[in-house]
Amino acid sequence: MRVALFVTCVTDTLYPGTGRATVALLERLGVEVDFPAEQSCCGQPQFNTGYRREAEPLVRRHAEAFRGYDHVVTPSGSCAAMVRENHPRIAARSEDAALERAVAEVAPRTYELSEFLVDVLGVTDVGAHYPHTVTYHPTCHGLRTLGLGDRPRRLLERVRGLELVELPGAAECCGFGGTFAVKNAAVSAAMGADKARDIEGTGAEAVCAVDNSCLMHIGGILARRGSTVRPVHLAEILAATDSTHNADGPGHDGRRTR
Amino acid sequence: MSGRTHLGMPAFPEAATSATRDARLRRNLRHATGTIRAKRAEAVAELPDWAELRAAGAAIKDRTLRHLDHYLEQLEEAVTAAGGTVHWAADAAEANRIVTELVRATGETEVVKVKSMATQEIGLNAALEKAGIRAYETDLAELIVQLGDDLPSHILVPAIHRNREEIRDVFRGRMSRWGRPAPEGLTDDPAELAEAARLHLREKFLRAKVGVSGANFMVAETGTLVVVESEGNGRMCLTLPETLISVVGIEKVVPTWRDLEVFLQLLPRSSTAERMNPYTSMWTGTTDSETADGPRDFHLVLLDNGRTDALADTVGRQALRCIRCSACLNVCPVYERAGGHAYGSAYPGPIGAILTPQLRGTTTELDASLPYASSLCGACYEVCPVAIDIPQVLVYLRERVAEGGEVTVRGQRTTIRPARGHAAERAAMRAARWALDHPGALRAGQRLAARTRRLHPRRLPGPGRAWTASRDLPAVPAESFRDWWRRTRDDRAEGDRR
Ligand code: SF4
Repeated sequence: MRVALFVTCVTDTLYPGTGRATVALLERLGVEVDFPAEQSCCGQPQFNTGYRREAEPLVRRHAEAFRGYDHVVTPSGSCAAMVRENHPRIAARSEDAALERAVAEVAPRTYELSEFLVDVLGVTDVGAHYPHTVTYHPTCHGLRTLGLGDRPRRLLERVRGLELVELPGAAECCGFGGTFAVKNAAVSAAMGADKARDIEGTGAEAVCAVDNSCLMHIGGILARRGSTVRPVHLAEILAATDSTHNADGPGHDGRRTR
Repeated sequence: MSGRTHLGMPAFPEAATSATRDARLRRNLRHATGTIRAKRAEAVAELPDWAELRAAGAAIKDRTLRHLDHYLEQLEEAVTAAGGTVHWAADAAEANRIVTELVRATGETEVVKVKSMATQEIGLNAALEKAGIRAYETDLAELIVQLGDDLPSHILVPAIHRNREEIRDVFRGRMSRWGRPAPEGLTDDPAELAEAARLHLREKFLRAKVGVSGANFMVAETGTLVVVESEGNGRMCLTLPETLISVVGIEKVVPTWRDLEVFLQLLPRSSTAERMNPYTSMWTGTTDSETADGPRDFHLVLLDNGRTDALADTVGRQALRCIRCSACLNVCPVYERAGGHAYGSAYPGPIGAILTPQLRGTTTELDASLPYASSLCGACYEVCPVAIDIPQVLVYLRERVAEGGEVTVRGQRTTIRPARGHAAERAAMRAARWALDHPGALRAGQRLAARTRRLHPRRLPGPGRAWTASRDLPAVPAESFRDWWRRTRDDRAEGDRR
């Protein structure tokens, strides 16, 4: 099985710990992971802001970089949704048959991490140990576009030492929304503040999600409020074991906030 | 008094910013939408075939829209055969002129109105007022808006932004200017408020000779119009006056009664979380008997006002499936914080964000800002009973705003330029795309950021300020993933070729 890791530009640049955790986790489960170096951004910021023509070269680059693999795995619900849902749309409008073919090959083989674990590998117990109280925030594109359902929760429930606490209003958007956070900053911040309050109310030590961009927004608000709740990506929890040093707190390097 | 329109509204982000600072508004909205949201979910869960109904609703609407000319002609024939008169209005001005002339011809100077989105869209009340005709809103929430010299902020509950105390104050202070004053010592008890409105309105119903309505549906095969409501005021307006003028968007037609069956299930559950709405009024043409209920003179004004242009757009046209249930508003986290007024249109919330820029175009700053009034969370699509993929249309309209392109305006294909004020953003997007498409440049940027990470400011200047005003920035890590992979794994150093 040839599996490629699509690490996403946000994870690559700001949260490399999530990428390293994904690699460690998959290798522990016996998957050989490749990292195609030609990869870049999936074009989501451009496309979602209305710059389809700027997104198109990135879609092409992406399809070329990931062709020939059995599966592409990414630790991001929103980037997986972009590839599966919007890359075919962009290719269809490009009037470039070669691009359409390449995208048709790559898009359906692209999986968000929890989907890959549950649907492709068929595991829910990944042998993780993470002795902390965690609440789970389902991010919008993972929840609604990909239909991740309870896959992330099923994985979390089997992590030893982890206590999963319910997040009220979990399905409500955290207010990130890419350029929305800048273009409609006041509404974004108001949504984020409500989300942060709900998270704090659970009493959890950490808030887990499958998208680093949403966690960046949520974490930024929590930090500004002086909260002790740490944002942590699902991959980092699932990668943690008895031998990793996670006794001194749920935070990981690459997830500090200024 | 009721002459308020949305003209001159600021762009969405600005209007929304002031709304988020209004704690009372946010409390009112959070409470109202939160309650209805939970009830809707329950009502929908009761039907095991909801998904099929939803697909059927979408399919019926799509087929009707594809053959709209045919069904509208069939409707016109049927309405005429039943004794009604059909008028075609290309835009708001024409529709207002037609209605004004029809009212004038009756010699009356006041009309009673059933709540109607179409007449709000065209600003009919203001047009009538200019012609010396007073239009009385009879829907409770609409009455509150009218008395308060306010604007509606929700499709179903136009006064959702008001709480009980505010409504009591409006009734006490302003009812007397419009007719029967509020009872002495009126409190904010809902039953007392409803009674005050009932007494005030009764006077109008009994006096009115002309009624103005919209319609939720029009059945082409019989020429029947359908209004779905919960207070019964609509029924009074439809049966008591001698003349009835209905202003209806052309997309509201359905081919047959069988089709109606689907929507009468979808609409109440999505909108008020009821299994069946309390009042469903249907009228076909005129009655000629002196004693029978219903108008002796009936006029149907079919309103285009941008609809055929929207229809010409293969992606955007799905917005015309909308049955105005308001479910998308009630689940929208942006609507909940920004309030309905920020959308500057009769159609607020997610549906407004895609419908208004199609009906009005994207030339004003406000209209160009509407497709961006969403975090693309998709909650609206999930609840929409006719499966309008609102996020998809939003992104598609953003493209129109940012890059321009082909659109249909008054039946003519034209190419529009990007909306003003997007040049800097376009340049930034282009630069970002260039860097992302050149991994060498991207890596250099990442390394520079890593090397200078101790120097990064806590607060950013320029557009980044919006981020750091309320959130801390993530710290830049010492090494990107890409560099880590190359250092530890990739002895082939493949990435160096670029
Ligand atoms: S877009 Fe859909 S959910 Fe929104 S009002 Fe229209 S029918 Fe209802």
